[in-house]
Amino acid sequence: MPPESLIELLGYLVVAAPLILMAVLGLASLLNHQLSERATGRLVHVAVLVGLISSTMILGLMLAWGMRHVSIEIGSWVVIPDYHFSVKLTFDRLSVPFVILSFVLCGVIGAFANRYMHREPGFHRFFVFYALFLLGMVITSLAGTIETLFSGWELVGLSSALLVAFFLERPAPVRNGLYVWVVYRISDAALLTASVAMHHMRGAGDFDKLLGTDSWPGGEALVTSHQALVVGLLLLVAAAGKSALVPFSGWLPRAMEGPTPSSAVFYGALSVHLGAFLLLRVSPILDSSFWLSAAVTAAGVVTALFAAFTGRVQTDIKCALTYASLTQVGFIVAEIGLGFRYIPLIHILGHGCLRTLQFLRAPTLLHDYRIMENAIGDRLPRMPGFWEQAIPRSLSVWFYRLAMERGYLDGWLQDGIVAPFLAVLQWCDAAERRWTDFLSGGQSRESDRRPPSASTFDELL
Amino acid sequence: MSELHFPWLELSVFVPLLGALWVGRLRDADLGRKWCMVFSGFTLLCTVATWQDFALLDTATAEDHWHLMTQLLGRELFVVDQLSAPLLPLVAMLYFLTALATLRTKIRRFSFAWMLFSEAVTLATFSCKDPWSVVAFLALGTLQPFLELRARGKSTRVYVIHMALFILLMVVGGVCVDTEDGNRVHSLKAIIPLLGAVLIRSGIAPFHCWMTDLFEHATFGTALLFVTPTAGAYAAVRLVLPIAPDWVLRSMGLISLVTAVYAAAISLVQRDARRFFCYSFLSHSALVLVGLEMVTPIGLTGALCVWLSAGMALGGFGLTIRALEARRGSLSLIEFQGMYEHTPNLAMLFMLTGLASVGFPGTFGFVGTELLVDGAVEAYPYVGIAVVAAAALSGIAVVRVFFLLFTGTRYTSTVSLLIGTRERIAVRTIAGLILIGGLLPQYLVASRYLAAEEILRQRTMVAGGTLSDPHEREAGEPALDPLPGEAAVAKATAVPLPPGKAPAKEPPTVEPPALPAGDQ
Repeated sequence: MPPESLIELLGYLVVAAPLILMAVLGLASLLNHQLSERATGRLVHVAVLVGLISSTMILGLMLAWGMRHVSIEIGSWVVIPDYHFSVKLTFDRLSVPFVILSFVLCGVIGAFANRYMHREPGFHRFFVFYALFLLGMVITSLAGTIETLFSGWELVGLSSALLVAFFLERPAPVRNGLYVWVVYRISDAALLTASVAMHHMRGAGDFDKLLGTDSWPGGEALVTSHQALVVGLLLLVAAAGKSALVPFSGWLPRAMEGPTPSSAVFYGALSVHLGAFLLLRVSPILDSSFWLSAAVTAAGVVTALFAAFTGRVQTDIKCALTYASLTQVGFIVAEIGLGFRYIPLIHILGHGCLRTLQFLRAPTLLHDYRIMENAIGDRLPRMPGFWEQAIPRSLSVWFYRLAMERGYLDGWLQDGIVAPFLAVLQWCDAAERRWTDFLSGGQSRESDRRPPSASTFDELL
Repeated sequence: MSELHFPWLELSVFVPLLGALWVGRLRDADLGRKWCMVFSGFTLLCTVATWQDFALLDTATAEDHWHLMTQLLGRELFVVDQLSAPLLPLVAMLYFLTALATLRTKIRRFSFAWMLFSEAVTLATFSCKDPWSVVAFLALGTLQPFLELRARGKSTRVYVIHMALFILLMVVGGVCVDTEDGNRVHSLKAIIPLLGAVLIRSGIAPFHCWMTDLFEHATFGTALLFVTPTAGAYAAVRLVLPIAPDWVLRSMGLISLVTAVYAAAISLVQRDARRFFCYSFLSHSALVLVGLEMVTPIGLTGALCVWLSAGMALGGFGLTIRALEARRGSLSLIEFQGMYEHTPNLAMLFMLTGLASVGFPGTFGFVGTELLVDGAVEAYPYVGIAVVAAAALSGIAVVRVFFLLFTGTRYTSTVSLLIGTRERIAVRTIAGLILIGGLLPQYLVASRYLAAEEILRQRTMVAGGTLSDPHEREAGEPALDPLPGEAAVAKATAVPLPPGKAPAKEPPTVEPPALPAGDQ
């Protein structure tokens, strides 16, 4: 079999495995057919294993045959004159490590969750969302066109928001799930606009036509510096939303409301790196605009400083890990902005694995502490840090509060953007009611007679 | 003109009409529901047969076999073309699923006889190309909601004011067009009233309040069936698009765009599920008009795709809310309802249809929204951003309402609220269509492209190529290329169309301009 054909076959397997998993679990759910926990576990196991083995074999074959870039044209999904939507997979030095990372971490979490979620009422729902997430990650990683990437990107966003709101009967996870969804929608809107802008500039959404045919990290943006800046800024907004960069950082600690396995793999290891992955994928665009690279670096540095500062005062282990994770993501983004390509990729791979391990150990942290304290017969010693000693007491309280309130970032967004926006909408709604009252010559809106509640949209946010 | 192999179109209209007469005579509401399902089910089969028969003919327009209407009225009333062929089964399916999913708790308040009458009128509207017939059926279609509002003792003033103005503007516009020469650009005196009528029927701001009022006061089923076929867009295609110059359409497109964003945004602060649905629908209906009024092949194709996908998705979305209402009464959005445990299937359908309506990947709405945004950017880049903003806001609103209705608390009930077999069939049918349409969109997108080409060709024929600003044409404006279809159809031969849908070997039949009957 020729090398290209073998890689193509394996490439199909990489995508088909999570797709079939999603189809089986989704259809079973739609048809009210409950699979047993054992059957679900085995399906997940097989799908991840097939995907992982196939992608690893692709890596091995590409290294053995010296191939740096393989494109698999699955076909045109929609073709009409002046428009085509093609589905293309790209295997290169960026996508293959990332997809292998996705399979490794999702496989570990799948096995862990099979026990962790044992006899939970939402066991099947969890694995439907898990399959959706895995499919989204694989599509995003291997996308050869921006439309394909957008499809995977949205699947990741939806599954993440639904997993944050996994414990449906409590209001707090649901509020946080909605918060995550709102940020993701802003990110999606930016990515879709970038996608359309690319289509408009180059007549197609293929990365080849925007970034040249050289394999990653080579390539040269086939757009002007001005166009690169416009598209690049949109992509930066998309990446900032997905990777919780400042000012969108508020969703990351909220995402910890979900079950621990999902927190570990999704927000701690994979989806939080997706923004950085996007920036790496379009890195030739960054190279063609100094100002764009500067903006990316600034976003990374500010996020790293913010997360390091805020993370120091977190009292909850998952939140502390979240901010530690965000600090590293900030560094990764800054590295990308500074023009590095392989270092941020290696940073992502290492950081993703370490953070998954830490998150999975998080529920047993108190147990670990107890063992250690029992062993030494006393509390674990706590040494004051450098900053605690260097900063005067009055200032340290002020800083402590600033960090506890996460830099008042959420408050500023709420008071500066969400509240005025909703106030205008509520005013419009009231004006409409007055207009229909006038036309009907009396009270026109029966639904308004219900008593007001504290649970309005702004509070929901 | 080509002929169908059987009078499917006439059957599609007369079967529900006959059903309305039959069901109206029955005293037993449950029996009435069963007969209603039989008649609307048969109507659905007839419309599907119309679509498939038309597809096999491979022609631009087709009339019924045997010309029964010609024998009765002296001229053929009903025709099917690329635009209406898939819309007819969509309309019939919405009616059938509404009858199917009506629970026993609702059957005494919901008139099945009037529903069948409304189905006959709506299908007749969508089977007409002749402008005066379209005007007549659109006017007749406003009757049923009015009678229901009166029967329920609700205020009809808001509805009557808007619908009276709608009918008046259609008639005034029609008369003005009639009095002008058909082979030149019509004056604004003729176009503006027709455009106003379309804006009112489509609920474009500031003429949208009748729709929220209707959802507030009519039964949900009636309101849903009156708006979801998007008859306003059909009026736009038949009455306005063939005669209005580009600049008028694009100006009106901007108004529709503002409505799309406004309605999507205001749906975020609604406190009642019906009003939320209404604004969600308004946003999509306005988006369809945005695409139609761009008069570019891609924009038009996107609009026609969104028309189908939003019709199906929002139809299913509305039926889900209606099913929840049947269990809980009116649905408040000011506190969590926690219905997930009782109705997981409805929750899934709610999410699926809601996401399909906003163009989520993998669902039927995705490609339509992509095409619409692409067409919008082609026309005006900033319009594309507004379309994306509208979709983003709608997506937030859908998930917010999902959380409010299904989560946040645990609703306790002493009786089972699980869905029954008929509801389950409806749920699975809609879910299946949305997913199949999302995974295999080529067939419908290609057919919508041909419909868009036909609309553009008609504009060219009516105006003799004078509707566009000549400078715009020089600049390569695609809307009114003197032969817009030729190159495109040649390219379309490369498109892998399904069997029976290969582009015609000879140039497609060009219909006479869609002008009032007196001009033809």
